[in-house]
Amino acid sequence: MEGKIIGISGSVVTVSGLEDPKMNNIVFIGGNELVGEIVKIEGENAIIQVYEDTSGLRIGEKAVDSNEPLSVELGPGLIGSIFDGIQRPLDKILDKEGTFISSGVKVNSLDREKKWHFKPKVEEGKIVEPGEEIGEVKETSLIKHKVLVPANKKGVIKKIAEEGDYTIEENIAILEDNNKTEEIKLMTRWPVRTARPVKEKLSPNIPLLTGQRVIDTMFPVAMGGTAAVPGPFGSGKTVIQHQLAKWSDADVIVYVGCGERGNEMTEILATFPELKDPKSGKPLMDRTILIANTSNMPVAAREASIYTGITLAEYYRDMGYSVAVMADSTSRWAEALRELSGRLEEMPGEEGYPAYLGRRVGEFYERAGRARILSGKIGAATIIGAVSPPGGDISEPVSQNTLRVTRVFWALDASLANARHFPSINWLNSYSLYTDGLNQWYRKNIAEDWPELRNKSLATLQKEAEINEIVQLVGYDALPESDKLILDVAKMLREDYLQQNAFDDIDTYASVNKQYKMLKLINQVFDAEKAALDRNVPIEKIQSVQIKPKIARLRYTSEEELDGKLKEIEKDIEEIKKINAEK
Amino acid sequence: MEEIEYKTIEKVTNVLLFVKDVKNAAYNEQVEIELETGKKISGQVLATNEDVTIIQVFGETTGMNTKGTKVKFKGTTFKMPVSMDMVGRVFDGLGRPRDGGIPIFSDEKMDINGNPINPYAREEPSEFVQTGISSIDCMNTLVRGQKLPIFSGSGLSHNKLAAQIVKQAKILAEKQNFYVVFGGIGINSEDANFFINEFQNSGALEKSVIFLNLAADPSMERVILPRLALTTAEYLAYEKGSHVIVILTDMTNYAEALREISAARDEVPGRRGYPGYMYTDLASLFERAGKVKGKEGSVTQLPILTMPSDDITHPIPDLTGYITEGQIVLSRALDKSGIYPEVDVLLSLSRLMNQGIGKNSTREDHRNVSDQLYAAYAKGKELRSLTEIVGEDALSKTDKQYLHFAEEFENRFIKQEFNEDRSITETLDLGWELLSMIDKGEMKRIKPEFIEKYGKWKQI
Repeated sequence: MEGKIIGISGSVVTVSGLEDPKMNNIVFIGGNELVGEIVKIEGENAIIQVYEDTSGLRIGEKAVDSNEPLSVELGPGLIGSIFDGIQRPLDKILDKEGTFISSGVKVNSLDREKKWHFKPKVEEGKIVEPGEEIGEVKETSLIKHKVLVPANKKGVIKKIAEEGDYTIEENIAILEDNNKTEEIKLMTRWPVRTARPVKEKLSPNIPLLTGQRVIDTMFPVAMGGTAAVPGPFGSGKTVIQHQLAKWSDADVIVYVGCGERGNEMTEILATFPELKDPKSGKPLMDRTILIANTSNMPVAAREASIYTGITLAEYYRDMGYSVAVMADSTSRWAEALRELSGRLEEMPGEEGYPAYLGRRVGEFYERAGRARILSGKIGAATIIGAVSPPGGDISEPVSQNTLRVTRVFWALDASLANARHFPSINWLNSYSLYTDGLNQWYRKNIAEDWPELRNKSLATLQKEAEINEIVQLVGYDALPESDKLILDVAKMLREDYLQQNAFDDIDTYASVNKQYKMLKLINQVFDAEKAALDRNVPIEKIQSVQIKPKIARLRYTSEEELDGKLKEIEKDIEEIKKINAEK
Repeated sequence: MEEIEYKTIEKVTNVLLFVKDVKNAAYNEQVEIELETGKKISGQVLATNEDVTIIQVFGETTGMNTKGTKVKFKGTTFKMPVSMDMVGRVFDGLGRPRDGGIPIFSDEKMDINGNPINPYAREEPSEFVQTGISSIDCMNTLVRGQKLPIFSGSGLSHNKLAAQIVKQAKILAEKQNFYVVFGGIGINSEDANFFINEFQNSGALEKSVIFLNLAADPSMERVILPRLALTTAEYLAYEKGSHVIVILTDMTNYAEALREISAARDEVPGRRGYPGYMYTDLASLFERAGKVKGKEGSVTQLPILTMPSDDITHPIPDLTGYITEGQIVLSRALDKSGIYPEVDVLLSLSRLMNQGIGKNSTREDHRNVSDQLYAAYAKGKELRSLTEIVGEDALSKTDKQYLHFAEEFENRFIKQEFNEDRSITETLDLGWELLSMIDKGEMKRIKPEFIEKYGKWKQI
């Protein structure tokens, strides 16, 4: 039955006369059929948050219940696409509407015409379980799209399509269970606010390698883990998110631009197709899904965008992939929540945010994880959320609620950013709770002394901060030589190791092996100089060996040339040792 | 839709009108309010339901009553007529002529709220705009289609700086269609006159469209004014293929007006009483900057805001900084030491800089020089505060070099005259000259080949 609009306040619309409205159902509002979602029911009236601009919408216009909650289309064709917050493809909207997005535009999320090459993986007559793979489609050069038995279905394969080209709406299999048959197509739908099921969550013990030294070495995130990146504007949140989207070793990247700048999405669109995945050499866009709901796009769709993003991620996780979701920025999502809550005239909690903010943040991050998926294989979804605290002060509700549920905290620091120390992750107050769990992996796969090197380096940096406080009081000259040495080494660590230039072709990515070798070397220099001090060798004498400029160049040394350069520096270290021995 | 007139006013506040029993009003619909005296004021629907419709009044509610005042619903949202006749004219905050000329008539009408640009339709802004100001060109490069606000404080030179940018950026673009759209929001008449005079002197006036809402004008118009200015800019850019610079000053007054309306509606206030949706609202303005695929023109925004008590964490600069592509921050300390333009390069930032600089647009060494100048100046300033405690003598030789570098950097690189137009080559060369005050070995941010090619160190 058709309802009718009886109230409009910004993006919140009140409708009366819907037959049995249900929470979270999608309702089409007005003559232009704007998309909205039921967020509250009061007697006869349904309160609806509308995902599009409501300007010009009139009292008395019709409203039609779709009888379905907000859902996304899942199937081949997702990778390489750019969607808005409710999964409408922006490229198709451009073709249809031109430069600007008007309200009420209707486009299918996935292409209905395109044919995909399907290969069956099971025989007719096979009994299949939920989540089992029955075939595959080569979606891009990097991703084999696994066609799975839907999560809530099982039974006998009555029929399976032969290898060939099919659209996403054609039947590719028929499943029979208790005399009921079910058609399986390449496309399925899933409600975004419901997490997709897995068999069990596993503890994350493999790092998500990012090629960023300060992250991989100091504050690593695990595959299937959660990380928060809070920082004031200009501290480089977006650059970090872009770097992770480019270089992290996940199989699939879902990048959610949530209430941020339009030009940032353009930058991804312009650069990603040209960048190559360091592992495979294939274009990065072949593993990336973009969701762009920029700050000027409707605020309700912004609220939905992160759910759309995580649902797509879970879909690929269920194929056994490692997926990483970058959400930039979750603060804008929370603000959308606050704005909608205000329009619903709910009693506000802290700073005007709704009282359920903490629960919603928790629910979102809980959808991350390394998991045994329904088929018994292992998949992972990592969430890295940027937070934009007002004035950079993380005592505000969004930051605090996020820190409660995430396990890695990369604290971006305005003073580092102002000194152009990038990534501006502060080494003194950032943390990763995965470090202990990942040590074993690093020991086994990189080097036995990795954890020790890391701890030693962090301790040196901590010591530097303490010494600097003394310098403020007594001046540098009054320091003992041993403290001067620590300042020296800490400076090397900061400038030649932690700093990384995202815009330099080589420095932008460092493999873990390169990271290890660089860190090891800096520590060797430290040890050699310390030995010299202990033997009272004058510092000038050691510094006559010109070692530091060479270390400074290592960042910009390609992985192929690295070993050669390292040998040179090792020779210099020998030189220092020789000087020590002479004494 | 026909225009319907209502006399059922229930409540009047100083910015809002509550009208009862309006049949099918539309959200954001335009209304005309007629007072008993015959005076007409326009307004807009803020919210509506079957009982009551809330109208925001663009002007004073003085003289409005519940008995004789009439409200006419116009059936459409706010659309403004646009044409090339607007160029060279001055309008008020609702688009009515302020210069005594005739109103603009045109069949082409554009919705002042616009629709969001499809992110997929955007083109990456990458064309360098030479402003002739070293602290901007070298350190915080402006590119066409960028939104780069000036964060200032009362009494600082933001107006002068904006006028200089318009004057000098114009020269480079002379061959092309180039327009300035100026939106004066709640500024005083002296500031307005300053801009108009400067535009006249530099010849930009005949290429300008000016919207003015002075301090004594109705504050509600301040919410509309930037939308008129940006709609005009979009018309000139995307319909007429021109490059447009939009100056909006002072955005602080805009935010104040927004807060006034929010308070009148009894909304739950966010930080410092500003509405919770201020981020979204500001974004709906600033995101209207850009360049789009398949169209010639561009909209570059230079909004100016004065930070209340110079506090950059105040909600207005804070939210702006999260939306815009960087910021030019002016410093009171530099201003006090007689430096114009008093740009605080450490706090300033241009996020689109990388796209606009380098080999094919400015010079290959630009990024490196800029990074090194930043680092050196940051270090110099840090040492300056250290010497206040321990004295200069306690510094090492290199540290002293940094200290003196910072001094010279402020006096020779940042400081320049109002009429001094430095080319990017001059600016970069000046940067190298200043860097040569510091030992060559300290140049960690610069590739050796550039030091070789451009360095100004004396051979020893």
